[in-house]
Amino acid sequence: MNSSIFPRKFDSADSTDGKASDVKLANVSRRGFLKGMTAAGALVIAARWTPAFAEEEKKYGGDAMPHGTVDNPDVFITIEPDGTVGLINHRGEMGQGIRTSVAMVMADELGADWDQVVVTQAIAHEEKYGNQNTDGSRSMRQWFDSLRRAGAAARTMLEQAAAKQWGVPVSECKAGVHLVMHTPTQRSLTFGELATAAADLPVPDRDTVTLKSPEEWRYIMRKPEDFPQGEKKQPLAADGMDILTGRAKFAADVTWDNMLYAVIARPPSYGSAVKSYDASAALEVPGVVKVIEMPTATQPSGFEPMGGVAVLAENTWAAIKGRRALTIEWDDEPAGANASYDSKAFRELLEKRSQEPGEVARSTGDIAAAKAGAADALSVNYYAPHMAQAPMEPMAAIVRINGDSADVWTSVQNPQAARDGVAKRLGLEPEKVTVECGLMGGGFGRKAKPDYVFEAADLSKAMDGRPVRVQWTREDDLHNGFFHTVALEHLEAYFDDQGKVSGWLHRSLAPSIGSVFAPNAEHQSAMELGMGIRSMPYDIPAIQQESGEAEGHIRIGWFRAVYNVPHAFAIQSFIAELAHQAGRDHKEFLLELLGPDRKIDPLSQGEVFNYGEDPDKYPINTARYRAVIERATREAGWGKEMPANRGLGLAVHQSFVSYCAVVMDVEVTDAGDVIIHRADIAFDCGPQVNPDRVASQLEGACVMGTGIAMMTEITAKDGVIEQNNFDTYRVPRINQVPKEIHTHAVNNSVDVPMGGVGEPGLPPVAPALCNAIFAASGKRIRSLPVADQLKS
Amino acid sequence: MIEVTVNGEARTLDVPADTPILWVLRDTLKLTGTRFGCGMALCGACTVHLDGSPIRSCMTPISQAQGKQITTIEAMENDPVGQAVQQAWMDEAVAQCGYCQSGQVMSAVSLLKRNPTPSDEQIDSGMSGNICRCGTYPRIRKAIQRAAENGTASIDESLFTEVKA
Repeated sequence: MNSSIFPRKFDSADSTDGKASDVKLANVSRRGFLKGMTAAGALVIAARWTPAFAEEEKKYGGDAMPHGTVDNPDVFITIEPDGTVGLINHRGEMGQGIRTSVAMVMADELGADWDQVVVTQAIAHEEKYGNQNTDGSRSMRQWFDSLRRAGAAARTMLEQAAAKQWGVPVSECKAGVHLVMHTPTQRSLTFGELATAAADLPVPDRDTVTLKSPEEWRYIMRKPEDFPQGEKKQPLAADGMDILTGRAKFAADVTWDNMLYAVIARPPSYGSAVKSYDASAALEVPGVVKVIEMPTATQPSGFEPMGGVAVLAENTWAAIKGRRALTIEWDDEPAGANASYDSKAFRELLEKRSQEPGEVARSTGDIAAAKAGAADALSVNYYAPHMAQAPMEPMAAIVRINGDSADVWTSVQNPQAARDGVAKRLGLEPEKVTVECGLMGGGFGRKAKPDYVFEAADLSKAMDGRPVRVQWTREDDLHNGFFHTVALEHLEAYFDDQGKVSGWLHRSLAPSIGSVFAPNAEHQSAMELGMGIRSMPYDIPAIQQESGEAEGHIRIGWFRAVYNVPHAFAIQSFIAELAHQAGRDHKEFLLELLGPDRKIDPLSQGEVFNYGEDPDKYPINTARYRAVIERATREAGWGKEMPANRGLGLAVHQSFVSYCAVVMDVEVTDAGDVIIHRADIAFDCGPQVNPDRVASQLEGACVMGTGIAMMTEITAKDGVIEQNNFDTYRVPRINQVPKEIHTHAVNNSVDVPMGGVGEPGLPPVAPALCNAIFAASGKRIRSLPVADQLKS
Repeated sequence: MIEVTVNGEARTLDVPADTPILWVLRDTLKLTGTRFGCGMALCGACTVHLDGSPIRSCMTPISQAQGKQITTIEAMENDPVGQAVQQAWMDEAVAQCGYCQSGQVMSAVSLLKRNPTPSDEQIDSGMSGNICRCGTYPRIRKAIQRAAENGTASIDESLFTEVKA
């Protein structure tokens, strides 16, 4: 009577030809899908949105995200008669390993053998899959419970099918590894043998499904060496060999019939427009098919493309050569002040403004009295520059239009935004736009903005629906990106006559991401202030935190860990400076400032963001701060005698509801070269679902943070970004990173609420490194990057 | 017309002589495992072997490959050192996003063929042309050491796909 999802054909991720062939996933007539949208969906609404409280009840975590979470196994799990288990990953894979982690959670609760699991990437379809916007380090913390329930429900259906076949009570049937056992008789049926029968059963109510206890997990929270039966010495990796053989498909690795290749000459400044252009030379380049002018979006331009002139050709090289042959005269008038943006002058402006009061973000105690009664004080400015995410894969997207529908192949962090945006600009129903996502070759926040997908849509439309792949070059990425903010952090502290910090003033000036979405957004938003400022835990009688005016003159966007990066750099450097001024050991001073173990209600200090999480479940927990500080310093041998020119530096930061402390062991040579001997990273994200992947994320954050400290900077002059490629935009190479990176798990327990992983390792790295440079050389870095500041 | 051998297969190519090898591989031959990262020979994502030597294919015109052997990531499964490197990469779970890893593998294979037992300094020196934005460098070091320890000792020379010029 039905064509249930069990068993069901699926496309394996590594065999996709990228032809938007995933229509089976979008087949709305399927029973499983309808159930997901009505029965289960209604249950969620009834349970959480009783009418009387519907107005008042605030939602948190995954529930608060658009389209929420989904735990219906029909949506995510298929089992073939041959035993193959198909698992859908609906979140974006950009190196954090979510395709593996999502699958291992479901596989574990299901009882599937990893060797028989195939992971398929979902198309953009949040109405079905729940939220797919992959940012904020929240895939696992917001989806762990739902994915477990999906796996457990499917396991229950297999047990019920076995019970029915044997004519025994279901209580006597228990799933093992890829089979169901009749406990009294030790009979068993494989998952494959049960697949068809299980498909006819209704999905059990979530309240009747029993989750496995952590002791029963085979993959979750296990390191490879802990995997059972000794069969998994190798870490689980959904895409492992595909990546190493070149088979993995990224955005530019798919070709559609009759496809054109496009590169775009974009405006030099944010808001500039094409005044005139001459395409004649470009059109003479063999292979160039067409040159198309693209409209310039008005500011603030949000996710809209910047405009410019596109060269469409029969291959990428012809398009690149054609673009070189264009002559374009730009009109800077619409760009206004952006066309004269000078990041050096802007820094001076922020320095000046930092001496005047800003908007008060948080005020505790009497800061004026603390200042007036101070026995000693310190006032310092810190500076952190613009940066580009520069994922190794430059942006690319293919769009084709087939009458009333369109297909997209790309790599984006927010596929639904790509789908809805393409639908809107093409005048199509969102359901008629199929967005397939390949692996992202890095994201770091850049690919949360689907402007490049919209460019491809506009060009396909201009070519009457012909498939067009837009290819960004590295120069495009660095010139026309959504850049990390620039920050001037003014800090003052006052000591009382006991040597205690009695007052803390922090004035933060940084253009807001909101400046690309709203006019006159000249102060940091609640989200941005929540990233390390209002969330600051220190036990100081008088605290005043202010946001100074700072307008955006280039497009500001998300960058891994976002505003935590400059905030943590300033706060953690400043505490080390205060300790030095007070003649105290940095670690002891930091712990004293932290105060007694306590759980701080974020709202009590005006911190309304809290990464979208429930403040009751996720308070600011100073015991967790202390634990990571103690662990990192212990592992690094804090307090030990150091050789000449060598020192340890410490920093701690909470972000994305996880806690991270870093100790760096650094040598500064007489010539001013920095050698990083070792990094110790203590990390508390609560339970680590995929511990080896958590470790690799921390290692990667440490490498990126080393670059932020030492070399990475975007500057602008006359409205134009000065860096062109990896020669002038410097990111760390293998010979420039810590010789050893050691990661240490703290509070790795299911009893602790789960935190984020991808981003929180980054903020403490640069201040720890700069504090170590000070310990080694006596030179204090207050402006990032270090670059040649240590050279005499 | 340009005559080259790509992964052991003779190819006659009707492309402009200045076309970088990268775009010939990706757009003409649909060998998309070789990645575009910078176009300026600065990041190493496009690394392939030309007559056994590593080159940045994004800056090397196809005309320079006339009569020569191009070897790409797609051939590493059939290369004993390539296999050893791939296995070591899996054992150390090196890859994060994976985009630069084709180039990393090609550089590592080249390094190990020239120097089967590289020191840490030699690894850093041999791999410093390859940028990884995810920061997999610590694991790349370990994986190359692992491949050197247990991989390349059992190389069957007859399986080499590359031919020295």
